[in-house]
Amino acid sequence: MSSMQPRLLEVRKNVLKQNDIMARVLRERFRAQGTFVVSLVSSPGTGKTTLLENILCLLRGQFRVAALVGDLATENDAARLARSQAPVKQITTGTLCHLEAAMVQNALEGWDTGPLDFLFIENVGNLVCPSSYDLGENLRFVLLSVTEGEDKPLKYPTIFNSADVAVITKLDLAAATEFNIPIALANIQAVRPGMKVFQVSAKSGAGMAEFIHFLSEQRSALRSAVAI
Amino acid sequence: MHELSIAMSIVEMAQEEAQARDLRVTAVHMKLGPLSGVVKEALLSSYGIACDGTPLEGSRLLIEDVPLEVFCPTCNASRTAVSMQWLACPECGSATPSVIHGKELEVTALEVV
Repeated sequence: MSSMQPRLLEVRKNVLKQNDIMARVLRERFRAQGTFVVSLVSSPGTGKTTLLENILCLLRGQFRVAALVGDLATENDAARLARSQAPVKQITTGTLCHLEAAMVQNALEGWDTGPLDFLFIENVGNLVCPSSYDLGENLRFVLLSVTEGEDKPLKYPTIFNSADVAVITKLDLAAATEFNIPIALANIQAVRPGMKVFQVSAKSGAGMAEFIHFLSEQRSALRSAVAI
Repeated sequence: MHELSIAMSIVEMAQEEAQARDLRVTAVHMKLGPLSGVVKEALLSSYGIACDGTPLEGSRLLIEDVPLEVFCPTCNASRTAVSMQWLACPECGSATPSVIHGKELEVTALEVV
């Protein structure tokens, strides 16, 4: 029965098209509102929440800031971040291992933060799944703590490749954990040549001033690009 | 492990395409790059589960691996990168962040009856 022979129908469709479309809508909306959006990804326990709490406190004097925070089950992170007195909203993902653009969109609905200069999005602690999903952010930071191995970038090249900037956290513990910073830096450069890397300690404040300066510079650069 | 939700999106997308033309899907062809963030084996095993109870039940998923291709600024040419762990030109060794291919997660064709 030749009529039952399957024939080939060309399609060419990105599987994550829906997410990409939503992310584009979000990015356009943020641009129009003058909000610079930064997302943070890392494995669980790297210190995303502690770093973010510090960032919010440091930026808050000069900028209007808010944070969305993804977590599988608890609202603990939102409670911690709320201590910065910036508007914070939790996205509880249930069993989902990553944030998607639609979740960001839903979280923004009816959330009256007023105009924002910066919105931070803390992804679920996971170095695999978040890499495929554009959230409409302007910059994606991938965090690596000194309590992890220097070879994390080699083990998870995809997430490092999807990020714009790397941040080595818990620098105050580097000596105790015998973390080899030059090796970590070389590994980051191997998987993402030219990647900008910050080294910080949210606890001691080391490297934070430079990091904050970079954020405000990046925001200004985007603002002036938009103005042109 | 997000391959199941990816597989469900693939099934949904294929079904939409086929339904619009009043056809049935017997196989889905796709391209998968090493930097897509999706594991081939996990996607293949998730695909069967995603198809269960849908018109695509019993269909096959055929995955074409896309090599990781980068642009080498020194050679001024596209090259297959040394590896995901070392984004560099295999000819001259120059490191390069310019990924041309390797992020694909794309349905390319459907086999339909």
